[in-house]
Amino acid sequence: MLHIVNKSPFERSALDSCLRVAPKGGAILLYEDGVYAACVETTVTDTLKAAAIEYSVFVLGPDLAARGIAPDRVIEGIEVVDYGGFVDLVEEHGPVQSWL
Amino acid sequence: MNELEPDYDTEGVVKKFMFVNRKAPYGTIYALEILETVLISAAFDQDVSVVFMDDGVFQIKKGQDTKAINVKNFSPTYRALEGYDVEKLFVERESMEARGLAVDDFVVPVEVLSAEELGGLMDQQDVIITG
Amino acid sequence: MKLGIMVNEGPFTHQASDSAYLFASAAIEKGHQVLRVFFYYDGVNNANRLSEPQSDDRNLVRLWSELGKEHGIELIVCVAAGLRRGMKEELLADGFTISGLGQLIEAGIAADRLVVFGD
Repeated sequence: MLHIVNKSPFERSALDSCLRVAPKGGAILLYEDGVYAACVETTVTDTLKAAAIEYSVFVLGPDLAARGIAPDRVIEGIEVVDYGGFVDLVEEHGPVQSWL
Repeated sequence: MNELEPDYDTEGVVKKFMFVNRKAPYGTIYALEILETVLISAAFDQDVSVVFMDDGVFQIKKGQDTKAINVKNFSPTYRALEGYDVEKLFVERESMEARGLAVDDFVVPVEVLSAEELGGLMDQQDVIITG
Repeated sequence: MKLGIMVNEGPFTHQASDSAYLFASAAIEKGHQVLRVFFYYDGVNNANRLSEPQSDDRNLVRLWSELGKEHGIELIVCVAAGLRRGMKEELLADGFTISGLGQLIEAGIAADRLVVFGD
């Protein structure tokens, strides 16, 4: 299944809850304020590096760009997708849990 | 109000629906309005599960008294779910324990699941609705 | 793939409706079918034809209207959520319809995937 997370990890616990519950091997998409979790050199970078090994982690490019985050600031192992890629993830990975 | 005629046939289709409650009551309206959705789902004869996790566990805490804040106490409505054949109510253990709650603190009987067990159950669903 | 979409926030306080709109547009572009968009919670405000964004802002009410008309998508405003927020028939922009919560459940049954956008 696909888990989608739109909350900043610095303000809300949505990503923590997602990582606690989501079975390993699933797909996670970070979008809206969730994209801040995908950046290098933050207090959650190590958590996301580990997550990128256990899950397929994606981040929405348009939301990164809107927030001034260059693609080279994205943690290695996290794949940048556009809205079409978001649609593909929904199609490929099945039911969607939205961690609002 | 226009009643739309469904343009697709859903007769006889039973899907696994999970409602995921992660928000506390009263501070925002999410808990109340998702509960209305759960009640409506019962009319469609689907396989419905309701999950309380994160601050959602506070929705079913006993002893709520909202008289002094001028809003309706909707916690008794959870007890009505059984009458609608919505009987699969789950609480995530980690969320419950983190908030100092135990299974006796809830207004309805629930099954307590670990995060891992809940993840497995979520993985089996067809439709997951969150609010 | 047949998609159902649930929008839980209005056009201004949160990004949810923008994300939902861009997701729906991308899905249509890829040849998928969006059966129904269900507007719930403050999402009912996406249907308000009296909304007047500033001239340099996108008009999400109009964008949803146009997407709905162009691609035959049902844009459903929840009657219960709408009533308590004053979102009645006379305020509806083109293409939106007021109906019951059952339409959300039905979308979940009929669609291959239901995707929820909110806060």
